Amino acid sequence: MTALTDPTHVKAARQERRFARITRADKVFRLFGLAWIAPLLRIAAGDQPGPNLREIWRTLGIPLVAIALFLAAWAVLAPRVQTSLGAVPGPAAVWEQAVSLNEDYLRETAKADDFYARQEARNAKLIAAGKEDAVKWRDYTGAPTYYAQIWTSLQTVFFGFLVATAIAVPVGILCGLSPVMSAGLNPLIQIFKPVSPLAWLPIVTMIISAVYATNDGLFSKSFLISAITVTLCSLWPTLINTALGVASIDKDLVNVGRVLNLDTRTRIVKLVLPSALPLIFTGLRLSLGVGWMVLIAAEMLAQNPGLGKFVWDEFQNGSSQSLARIMVAVLTIGLIGYALDRLMFALQTMFTFSANR
Amino acid sequence: MAEMLDVEKDELKFGFIKLTDMAPLAIAYEKGFFEDEGLFVTLEPQANWKVLLDRVIDGQLDGAHMLAGQPLAATIGYGTEAHIVTPFSMDLNGNGITVSNAVWEEMKKNIPEEGGKPVHPISAAALKPVVQGYKAQGKSFNMGMVFPVSTHNYELRYWLAAGGLNPGFYTPDNTSGQIDADVLLSVTPPPQMPSTMEAGTIDGYCVGEPWNQQAVFKGIGVPVITDYEIWKNNPEKVFGLTDTFVQENPNTAIAVTKALIRAAMWLDADDNANRAEAVEILSRSQYVGADAEVIAASMTGTFEYEKGDVREVPDFNVFFRHNATYPYYSDAIWYLTQMRRWGQIAEAKPDAWYAETAASVYLPEVYLKAAESLIDDGLAAREDFPFGTDGYKPATAEFIDGVEYDGHAPNAYLDRFSIGLKGDEKVGG
Repeated sequence: MTALTDPTHVKAARQERRFARITRADKVFRLFGLAWIAPLLRIAAGDQPGPNLREIWRTLGIPLVAIALFLAAWAVLAPRVQTSLGAVPGPAAVWEQAVSLNEDYLRETAKADDFYARQEARNAKLIAAGKEDAVKWRDYTGAPTYYAQIWTSLQTVFFGFLVATAIAVPVGILCGLSPVMSAGLNPLIQIFKPVSPLAWLPIVTMIISAVYATNDGLFSKSFLISAITVTLCSLWPTLINTALGVASIDKDLVNVGRVLNLDTRTRIVKLVLPSALPLIFTGLRLSLGVGWMVLIAAEMLAQNPGLGKFVWDEFQNGSSQSLARIMVAVLTIGLIGYALDRLMFALQTMFTFSANR
Repeated sequence: MAEMLDVEKDELKFGFIKLTDMAPLAIAYEKGFFEDEGLFVTLEPQANWKVLLDRVIDGQLDGAHMLAGQPLAATIGYGTEAHIVTPFSMDLNGNGITVSNAVWEEMKKNIPEEGGKPVHPISAAALKPVVQGYKAQGKSFNMGMVFPVSTHNYELRYWLAAGGLNPGFYTPDNTSGQIDADVLLSVTPPPQMPSTMEAGTIDGYCVGEPWNQQAVFKGIGVPVITDYEIWKNNPEKVFGLTDTFVQENPNTAIAVTKALIRAAMWLDADDNANRAEAVEILSRSQYVGADAEVIAASMTGTFEYEKGDVREVPDFNVFFRHNATYPYYSDAIWYLTQMRRWGQIAEAKPDAWYAETAASVYLPEVYLKAAESLIDDGLAAREDFPFGTDGYKPATAEFIDGVEYDGHAPNAYLDRFSIGLKGDEKVGG
């Protein structure tokens, strides 16, 4: 109601403020790949529909059309490829298996509940009979559900990635600061960087089996093997980018540091790191992507719990649903990889200066 | 409920390979037999037999579904050396030999027919001309088996040799097993057999179920013989643990054996009445995971050879009948004779060595304690178990070539074969 009585310039100012808010919010939307929300809001706030609609078409319409085309092509072409496990599943079959995986999860949860109920009853009976020392509480030991496998993979990739970061960033800074270190480490980096995870895996397996002899430690052997394989492969992008970022720091800044007579620690924390941060984050993003890709391969080969093992087990099952289930896993892996990349991108925007973005 | 055994370790992880004969493990878990013994078991499928054995040896797995030859080979130091023991034999029979469609077409010409169907059992003699034809074209004839010390390797070799084809020898410095071979055998993991044959890498294979029936269902090959016809009621898989584990956890070993015996009894109860339910359990993706109809094809007492040629094989999968679960020394010794026959055991060994090795790997004493305990619990009858046996089955000649086997005289047995090492013979010497 007030809007009608307001003088125009006040209205204009209010709209201006609204647009500014939308523009600010737009940054957050873009992080999550939702660039089409802002133009919608602008139209709602009274902006001209023309350019905004074009924007919506570009950011939402075209991707949707592309996905629809892809699904249609998939649905048409898949049945034409006959494998020994039946035809390649189309989108409908894959969706069906996604639902069935969820049902498996619910069934397994129900079984776990039954198990705990039985355990309660058993122990209650023992207590009633006065045999407190025979009472045992144990976790349910069922087949890992699909969600459990996803969770395992995520834990593994992050653990491996964090170890890689903890090694790569300091070493990268050293390489960037000291030409001697850089010259010394460069050949090693060049040699180890292109090595496939699958080549590391047997070596890592042997070493872990020998060194980590106990099986009741903090981590299981298989978890460590997968995680360290991830570390070995996701180390390099971070290392190289950190070294590059540190080495290409603005000479003026270095001179300022000299004039102020800063000690090494302050120089690294106050000057080097902030200006190298954008490149470090680029490295981290690449590393996490590589790590995720490597992890699936490592799990497949080493039969370690996780999504990779799920894929391999299904392949070994060779049932008429196996292919569709593997495709569910493929899509899951892709979506999680995308989510991880977005996550790193979000962190990068939070931590670095806008000038370098 | 009787007094539960005081188990030393109650959280256990067992490995298995995706084959129908892992059924006792799945049933013991699903039917709560492990839980009844106070055991909390995790079952984990493994990639292949080598990974499975290595993981048992380094303690990642507490025990596993193993090939009968694995504990024996590991104990005598063929391959990975470790003292592996077994208190429980998992099943009898259950394997088949399958050839590709192209080979079958050629083979069929040499097989007599009766009523429009091939006469069974089919001897490898029918394969011989095919292999010679390959040789004439300068092509090698390749077949897959699942592991160098697997039942399948020995069965396939036995069948080929009985038909006059040399399956090749092993020596200590050449472990390919292809020395002097007419047919080249190589290792392929069971689940990949059909796809490897489809790719043309192998022309046939010997494997457990469901991978023979799978070939029929997919229309890529034809099973020619089941191992029941090669050696009637042959022992197939065992449940293996390390000797150390059994020494340190004697009660746990007995409790595990109890649960497995109950599962085996359930599987064979009332003339296989429970098999349909077993098939449903096995077809779940965490166990065998193949389609139920494929698993059912052999689990329910029939076997399909050529498409449409379904025959009754009621004892194709035996889990408890005929004392299937009792670890007989004579079964162990048969495997040792085959290792000697093909050169995996390079030197001649006296009969006494065979008996000692069998006694150090097979643990009927643990089995009988478990059986006693089940009888006390009222879950089994005394006549279900061979109490009082000396561990040797009576001599039998129920082999495809009719050669008589007596576990007391392994060297005399080896002397009866025309193809294979005997006495002090060495390969190439």
